[in-house]
Amino acid sequence: MTARRILTTLWMGCLACALLASETHGQVTFDRLVNSQKEPQNWLTYSGDYSGRRFSSLDQIKVTNAHTLVAKWVYQTGATGNLETTPLVVDGILYATAQDDRAFALDARTGRPIWMYQHQLPGDIRPCCGRVNRGLAILGDKVFLGTLDAHVIALDAKTGNVIWDVVAAEYQKGYSFTVAPLAVKDLMVIGVSGGEYGVRGFVDAYDAATGARKWRFYTVPGPGEPGHDTWEGGSWKTGGAPAWNTGTYDAVTNQIFWPTGNPAPSNRGEGRAGDNLYSNTLLALNADTGKLNWFFQFTKHDEHDWDATQVPVMIDLSDGKRLIAQANRNGFFYVIDRTTGKLILANAYGKTTWSDAKDEEGRPVANQHASPTLEGHTICPGALGTTNFMAPTFDPQTALFYVTARDQCDIFSTALQPYEAGHAYYGSAYFPSDEAEPYRGFLKAIDPATGEIKWKFEHTSPTWSGVLSTAGSLVFTGDAEGNFIALNAASGKTLWHFQMGGAVYAAPMAFAVDGKEFVAIAAGSAVYAFGLP
Amino acid sequence: MSRRWCAGMIVLLVVGDVCRADDRNPLAGDPKAAKAGEYEFRINCALCHGLGAHGGGRGPDLTRAQKKHVHSDAEMFQVISNGIPGTAMPANGTNGQGVGMTDEEIWQIIAYIRSVEVKAPSKSAGSAAHGKELFYGDANCSLCHMVEGKGGRVGPELTSVGGSRTPESIVDSVRNPSRRLAWGLKEATKEFPQEYETITVVTADGMQIKGVALNEDSFSVQMMDANEKIYLLEKDKLRSFKKSRQSLMPIYSPDVLSDKDLEDIVAFLISVGAK
Repeated sequence: MTARRILTTLWMGCLACALLASETHGQVTFDRLVNSQKEPQNWLTYSGDYSGRRFSSLDQIKVTNAHTLVAKWVYQTGATGNLETTPLVVDGILYATAQDDRAFALDARTGRPIWMYQHQLPGDIRPCCGRVNRGLAILGDKVFLGTLDAHVIALDAKTGNVIWDVVAAEYQKGYSFTVAPLAVKDLMVIGVSGGEYGVRGFVDAYDAATGARKWRFYTVPGPGEPGHDTWEGGSWKTGGAPAWNTGTYDAVTNQIFWPTGNPAPSNRGEGRAGDNLYSNTLLALNADTGKLNWFFQFTKHDEHDWDATQVPVMIDLSDGKRLIAQANRNGFFYVIDRTTGKLILANAYGKTTWSDAKDEEGRPVANQHASPTLEGHTICPGALGTTNFMAPTFDPQTALFYVTARDQCDIFSTALQPYEAGHAYYGSAYFPSDEAEPYRGFLKAIDPATGEIKWKFEHTSPTWSGVLSTAGSLVFTGDAEGNFIALNAASGKTLWHFQMGGAVYAAPMAFAVDGKEFVAIAAGSAVYAFGLP
Repeated sequence: MSRRWCAGMIVLLVVGDVCRADDRNPLAGDPKAAKAGEYEFRINCALCHGLGAHGGGRGPDLTRAQKKHVHSDAEMFQVISNGIPGTAMPANGTNGQGVGMTDEEIWQIIAYIRSVEVKAPSKSAGSAAHGKELFYGDANCSLCHMVEGKGGRVGPELTSVGGSRTPESIVDSVRNPSRRLAWGLKEATKEFPQEYETITVVTADGMQIKGVALNEDSFSVQMMDANEKIYLLEKDKLRSFKKSRQSLMPIYSPDVLSDKDLEDIVAFLISVGAK
């Protein structure tokens, strides 16, 4: 063999190595996102896949061995407050976020950091409800972060370096991002927060390569647009309807399902007479154009801050029905035909007093006692809702929908409040009702075919934890007392728990590295990973 | 301190917070500001301090002229901005629900509080000296409650209760102890603090224990019995576990403790709590 041939052989060998390496740590293509079920070792979107099911088909950790689970590592973020992040895992690297727009990449085997990034925030941001972030999206070789000062940022997935940084809206007027974006095709889709400030909500799509905005869907229609006449006078300008939780995507129909939040001011309907479209609505948007295909409004003319921003979960039944299910903050569990937007069922899954009738479509409607008063009166559920941002899960093996629920009633009051840009715009307030029953928290398993509750597990106090189901016939959740808990998905029996020392405001996820399954969750300001001994 | 002085100090010392120490509310006496402050108060403060600032089960009556922690507008600004460490009063924007207030909005709230203040100092009708005798004596309060380091441990410590709760809510707790259980341990990250619920357990070896919950989660309970003995128990190892919102505190009806004597005990608690 000549020296030249030896060099050529070595070069070809190295090329093969490089190809192998690039396969192991390849780019996250849209095709991989659509077919994420082929790589259960990875967790590629906020909910694990496009369906929003938060189901892992990993089954190494199962009912028979869950009691042996042990902590594998803990990563302390150094942030203040409770994390709401769901990590992503791609080929052995875990990506997550923390308060004040921190993002980081960890070795998913050990929890050791690979890079850390923190966006520099102005001193005068006033994000509602904590300086939180719920996670990243990944596409190609970039991860994407929405920030509290309403920037959308693309980071190099290998280094955390900023690739592009665009301003979506004026944070001074109360716009911010807390949501994990959703990568669809070559777009980065993201919904805005700010319903507490009287913003005009929107869902945006950015070119993932350049940051150029490709479309915007305003969740409050402007003059001349359909739905504009559902707002009294100029109230649409400050109508709210934010879009602060991550939607889902149906590749078959190329539709993005994105849920929206409360009309503003949240506790005062006077001055914004009408249904207030598209507040508290499930939007079915064309992924390429952002055009509205259909919508379903859960709570018309809401006066209780009952954002409908809960994850809309796509469920395919064996009889061919293609559904979308949502456990709503207003206390009802809805199942909708996701092709047509037609409501199939709406059943209460918690304590509700605001509705005792349904309209011709089957939608629960407010009774005459539901509106807040100047003095205040008690309505169930309370303003925090029967559920809230905590992510639910659907397990195709049990065909059950699992959701964190709360029974709490509040005293809702209302008062005139002038709008001032960037200032809180609630139209008064709510108070916990001292006379009411103590607040109770549950994990509930709902049959989406009937809306019936199959089992429930009562927590010691209400929790903000999301839920994960796995092919090991397990459901994982966390509690306000700091426990991470594994339950039998079929029965609700607790199988294992671990005290993490911090309340859980995040949702669990699962991944595998080197053939070993892990389950991870954030608690307090740290991320925990668990596995078999 | 004048506002001009303040601006000068920012340049010289780069201490922005000095501005906030301005003794005078820039919106003082402005009825529009007080009205705007009323809205902000409802959103941010009424949860604990009650609608109308008359106090509630969690926060003191702010219409009282004498306040424990604040006197000047500047002190009130500091307390609203930064909270009061060691109490349930949070710093602005940190309660996790709702948005923080701007400086202007805080001044509006102060203008509102000043507008509803009762100018005459409230006089307690009761005798604090007699109330103290009763508390540590015939009324048996101190068997379970501690004030200034003296008394029992099974019930809530009451040294500061007179400064943080209204007399009406204290009276209600004595007459109807189970109506609203007192808050106990508050963990930094937990939404709801532990309450003084009554726990009755039977251990694996058949021993019955009754006491108050110090803390509890789905899998364990930490409790204290009437003899102040602490028990640390795992629920799955118990034969039975019962939790009740019927307080261990006896009901002090007027035939057990007269209105006058109760008024004296409240006066004692207020005299201690106002220190």
